[in-house]
Amino acid sequence: MEAILALEDGRIFRGKGYGASGECYGEVVFNTSITGYQEIFTDPSYAGQIVVLTNPEIGNYGTNPDDEESGKPYIEGLIVREFSRVASNWRSHQVADEYLERHHIPVLAEIDTRALVRHLRDHGVMRGVISTTEKDVEKLVARARSIKKMDGTDLASVVTTHEAYHWTKGEVVAQRQAEEPAEAGALHAVEKPAERRYKVVAYDFGIKHNILRKLVGSGCDVTVVPADTSAKDVLAMKPHGVFLSNGPGDPEPVEYAQKNIQKLMGRVPVFGICLGHQLIGLALGGKTYKLKFGHHGGNHPVKQLLTGKVEITAHNHNFAVDPDSLKQSEVELTHVDLNDNTLEGMRHRTYPLFSVQYHPEAAPGPHDSHYLFADFVKLMDEWKRK
Amino acid sequence: MPRRTDISKILIIGSGPIVIGQSAEFDYSGTQACKALKAEGFEVVLVNSNPATIMTDPEMADRTYVEPLTRRYLEEIIKLEVERGVGKGMAVLPTVGGQTALNLAVELSDEGVLEKYGVKLIGAQLEAIKKAEDRLMFKDAMTAIGLESARSALVNNLKDGLDFSAKTGFPVVLRPSFTLGGSGGGIAYNREELLELLSRGLDLSPVHEVLIEESLLGWKEYELELMRDLADNVIVICSIENFDPMGVHTGDSITVAPAQTLSDREYQRMRDAAIKVIREIGVETGGSNIQFAVNPANGRMIVIEMNPRVSRSSALASKATGFPIAKIAAKLAVGYTLDEITNDITKKTPACFEPTLDYVVVKIPKWQFEKFPGADESLGPQMKSVGEAMAIGRTFKEALLKGVRSLETGKKVGSEQVEPRILTKRLVSPHPERLQYLRYALRNGYSVQQLSRMTWIDPWFLSQLKDISDEQIALGESSMEAVSAEQLRDAKRKGFSDARLARLLKAGDGQSGSETIRQLRKKHGVTPVYKRVDTCAAEFESHTPYLYSTYEEEDEATPTSKKKVIILGSGPNRIGQGIEFDYCCCHAAFALRDDGFETVMVNCNPETVSTDYDTSDRLYFEPLTFEDVMAIYEHESETGGEIGVIVQFGGQTPLNLALPLKGAGVPIIGTSPESIDLAEDRKRFGKLLEELDIPQPSGGTATSAEEALKVAERIGYPVLVRPSYVLGGRAMVIAYDEVAVREYMKQAVEYSQDRPILIDHFLEEATELDVDALCDGEDVVIGGIMQHIEEAGIHSGDSSCVLPAVDIPAHLLQTIREYTFRLARALKVVGLMNVQYGIQRDKVYVIEVNPRASRTVPYVSKATGVPMAKIAARLMTGRKLREFLPENVEKATDLGTGDYFYVKSPVFPWGKFPGVDTVLGPEMRSTGEVMGVGENFGEAFSKAQLSAGQVLPTRGTVFVSVSDRDKVQIVEVARKFVDLGFRLVATHGTADVLESAKMHVERVYKVMEGRPNVVDLIKGDRIQLIINTPHGVEPWFDEKAIRRAAITARIPTITTLSAAHAAAEGIASLQRGEIKVRNLQEMHAERGVLRK
Repeated sequence: MEAILALEDGRIFRGKGYGASGECYGEVVFNTSITGYQEIFTDPSYAGQIVVLTNPEIGNYGTNPDDEESGKPYIEGLIVREFSRVASNWRSHQVADEYLERHHIPVLAEIDTRALVRHLRDHGVMRGVISTTEKDVEKLVARARSIKKMDGTDLASVVTTHEAYHWTKGEVVAQRQAEEPAEAGALHAVEKPAERRYKVVAYDFGIKHNILRKLVGSGCDVTVVPADTSAKDVLAMKPHGVFLSNGPGDPEPVEYAQKNIQKLMGRVPVFGICLGHQLIGLALGGKTYKLKFGHHGGNHPVKQLLTGKVEITAHNHNFAVDPDSLKQSEVELTHVDLNDNTLEGMRHRTYPLFSVQYHPEAAPGPHDSHYLFADFVKLMDEWKRK
Repeated sequence: MPRRTDISKILIIGSGPIVIGQSAEFDYSGTQACKALKAEGFEVVLVNSNPATIMTDPEMADRTYVEPLTRRYLEEIIKLEVERGVGKGMAVLPTVGGQTALNLAVELSDEGVLEKYGVKLIGAQLEAIKKAEDRLMFKDAMTAIGLESARSALVNNLKDGLDFSAKTGFPVVLRPSFTLGGSGGGIAYNREELLELLSRGLDLSPVHEVLIEESLLGWKEYELELMRDLADNVIVICSIENFDPMGVHTGDSITVAPAQTLSDREYQRMRDAAIKVIREIGVETGGSNIQFAVNPANGRMIVIEMNPRVSRSSALASKATGFPIAKIAAKLAVGYTLDEITNDITKKTPACFEPTLDYVVVKIPKWQFEKFPGADESLGPQMKSVGEAMAIGRTFKEALLKGVRSLETGKKVGSEQVEPRILTKRLVSPHPERLQYLRYALRNGYSVQQLSRMTWIDPWFLSQLKDISDEQIALGESSMEAVSAEQLRDAKRKGFSDARLARLLKAGDGQSGSETIRQLRKKHGVTPVYKRVDTCAAEFESHTPYLYSTYEEEDEATPTSKKKVIILGSGPNRIGQGIEFDYCCCHAAFALRDDGFETVMVNCNPETVSTDYDTSDRLYFEPLTFEDVMAIYEHESETGGEIGVIVQFGGQTPLNLALPLKGAGVPIIGTSPESIDLAEDRKRFGKLLEELDIPQPSGGTATSAEEALKVAERIGYPVLVRPSYVLGGRAMVIAYDEVAVREYMKQAVEYSQDRPILIDHFLEEATELDVDALCDGEDVVIGGIMQHIEEAGIHSGDSSCVLPAVDIPAHLLQTIREYTFRLARALKVVGLMNVQYGIQRDKVYVIEVNPRASRTVPYVSKATGVPMAKIAARLMTGRKLREFLPENVEKATDLGTGDYFYVKSPVFPWGKFPGVDTVLGPEMRSTGEVMGVGENFGEAFSKAQLSAGQVLPTRGTVFVSVSDRDKVQIVEVARKFVDLGFRLVATHGTADVLESAKMHVERVYKVMEGRPNVVDLIKGDRIQLIINTPHGVEPWFDEKAIRRAAITARIPTITTLSAAHAAAEGIASLQRGEIKVRNLQEMHAERGVLRK
């Protein structure tokens, strides 16, 4: 099956199609993580985006139910250099090709992905179409140009849950006990038991499961609510803390959330990740801007300014908060990306509120920043005592 | 954290000679460390006994000691350096010199030397080293942090052993405690074997104790390369997955980076574990590697071991990612933190990050069992490979096939021999040829599942092999005419070589077949592009042209229009073609860069300095085949700028390409390929020597046994028999009779293929010499005339030699000079030339001429202080010897060595190949070399012996047996030993001479004569030194028996009188307890030699 990628600036890549046949549209972004493609597929923050993976060998270990970051894949399309038709891993349930076909995601493979990444790096992210049906590239380029731009689009309201729900699953431990005989078959995710002492309301702007698992694992009892839930309703639930999730798209048009945050600030401990962080920035009167090609990968060095220590972190953001737009008298900058000095974390000087731009829950990515969940718990604990 | 201010001077310990398991990677790491620390303004002092390294170049450190790597010598160096003043303080950096340096650091510390002189240890703390290296301490540490190690128990009786195996099941691994080199260990597959191995192990163990361990055979094996700084930042540089599962030493495994079959969850779990390990063990700064085993059935993860230092794997990881681990480790050791160091490749982002790869790297080991007949070829826990090739491709398949052709097996593509009879055995038991048996099995219908069950190799890897195999079958059904452009592109994208395609598409064998495919590709527009290794998968712009080829759309290596020189490297290390050639290639790059050329390096050996991205201006990490080199040349020459290619520095690998490249229009600079070819062509070269009136041993060529016998008859026995075109004396023998010649001809044919066998009269009793010379086409300067100090007939690479020559009469040296001049001019040498001479009965013969860099160039350069390879590279660009060495040219003098003697000695891998015949001969088998420096021959000789692991005795008994020729002179030597307090044992003829000189001698039989003979005495520990100068077929046999026994008993064997004199002198100085260390810089400065 031949497949074509057409970019809005007219650049064309031809390769082979896998996964679902048909056409998909989105902003083309690249991710430099070596591992964790299934988590990337299912991260709701990728809604509206076609993802190019820089690791050329994708699909090797198949897919499995434990590595889902949400109910389904959210990427619009996938672009890889080599797409494995076999899966080799004791946890694999389905090969990646069939998995994506099942979820109607087209895959473009066997193109010069490095050339595409360099193109995006030099010219910035842009809209594109993958098609296995249309051969006329002019038409495809025109379609790419007609895709609605991500800037100014509220995608959080598209991917958020419609109903509030209670989340109870804790962290998944993939380790078999040493005493068990080795031939006892494949190992399943084992939940790490944790006491749930803190009631947390989590706003779902496109929340990843691992955030929820980490919250539960840190001792939280989590209720997930739709993106537009009012501050009043949230406060009525008497939470110990409020969590603001990651999510796709531009934070600016998500005004309802910014307003809610303004009402929550100072009244309850707040922790935000990614889009949640950007919304806090806006709620505090700051500004956000779009990065040229975003941060998408698992190897970004982020310096914790309070300790001087560097964490290797997972990133997935196209927008960032402009530190100069924040009132430094109110807000303290806590984390910065060492690659390009992007603001990666902040906390309020008086309110119990902090946020990070990157992904401490990882999945995929390094676990260096797991401590932030403990920090959130500590914050709630201190607030509770007051 | 800024640089430490409490240190001004740093002693870096090198790793000594190249041995199996400790190779050129430590020259790479040591060189990086030297450069980094010098750049930081530290006074750098280096000690390493290996002269063939870049790190021991005088520019790399402030003072370079080429001295034995023993505690006593290191203490002397430390003492001297402390006396010279240490500024704010002195430290030792032991983490870039392999296990050798680490062990020395532990010894220096345990013996109180560091404390005595107030010297700090940086890079790793003593406690951390011990915790990482002690099996039980390490296991306890792992348990303490909640990580699993292999289940094990220390047992001291059979019942406990049986109980353990009842719990874990078979097989189990047994390791007796405190036995030398792990002897007595093994794997038990059943109860019977367990009882046998365990009782033997308990017997062998001095403490009657055996460690019994669950076997992890067949588990997936991984390595992570980590770095940590003083601020406790930890980063993972690279993950490596072994293609060969647990059970094969990682140095003998095909390895792949990044890991291919781990999901993020599993990978992060491993990363978390590795970070815990480096913190728990307490490696404060620098690199470490940690190995893991993963059960493929359920993901159970076990920590195998850690190296608290840079290693072979970290060199590989550095080349695989573009992240210079050793360089950064050195900076971390002096106090910097990772976020303070810039990533060299991006120049903008910090070094505190984790490299990400958008390509696949495959490393394949190179074995040379053909050099060690009788060695056990199966692969297991002990490393046996002598080198490795690394390849980069956009996919695993492409990288694997590029790696395979980088190995230069010398076998014709497609003619790999597979014996179907032993297919199962070759699949089940790891073996160097397993990969080719796997491919054979796939072609013959074996399924991935079947093969995975037999080999435990991950099905993902096997299915990649299957793709290759399927493509190969499909191509085999096509032809030159039928194959489409698309099919051709697909095959190239999968990594198929032109040579392989030529065979599959029936375009013919060898050079012409490859060339046909190359032309076909060009016609179809199927040509490679070059991509960059940039640490960041193109996220940031890269400023360093570290390149690899692939078949993709976009090229990122736009060539410049500068005048440039392409230097062809030497490929994977092998016996006879090792680090010495890499040294020369690096020197060419350094010198020509200084001269304003853009230098372009091509090589595929990840262990070397030449493949460091800042050695040259552009680095192509590519196989050294005609196809790959042509593609690079065509790419680089696109701009039409001035361009030249150097082939004479990388050993035989680029030389084999010289004529085809020239034929394809590539401008080879320096000595012409025709001259190189002429020197290798017996007949034409013989004619040239006749014209030049230079004698050579009479000889002839043969293509059949009958012909060979006729030639031997004509020239007279003994004869030296060998194939044409050889390096490192591959497959040579000395034949004393008809039987030996017949035997050789029977075995040799497969090596010689269409080239004839060469037969020369063997110059018995001759003194052999090596000469390295420089020539610009007109003027000639001799670098050094090295006298071999082993008997004639031993390959020059296996022979110790001394510079300057010690007892060659002046008129013969003059003859050698004249011959060398004549030869260099006749061959129109531009660059380097090496000539081997033999002196027999006052007559000089030319044995061999190689108009190219030789193995001894670095040694001669270190001894003379003149960088011969650099000058040679400059001569190739048209500069003249008179510019560099006007006085030597004018007066026709050799480069001098001042008041010092320099002895080079080889080291051998016998320990790795038990049961292999240890007798030296015309086939080279040493893996590396050391150099000893002294004010007299004796001091230099004893140091070289010590560095090579042969300790000269200071008392005891000397066995003496000399040929008739030496009987007059032996008296003087023997008397020296008697005066030194030694007793003498001699064979009858020699004893007669010594007794008549009034010396007391104990008599012993020769091996052939009867018993007790000398071998009995050696085995009975009654002899401490052997002086044996044999000749003729019977002594030859004796000598073999003596040599075998001596090597087992680690007794030094001396085979020439000059070496015997040297040994006596050396022993005298040892008895006086004198230890003198000298650094190259001051020795060179004394003579005011040029150092550029």
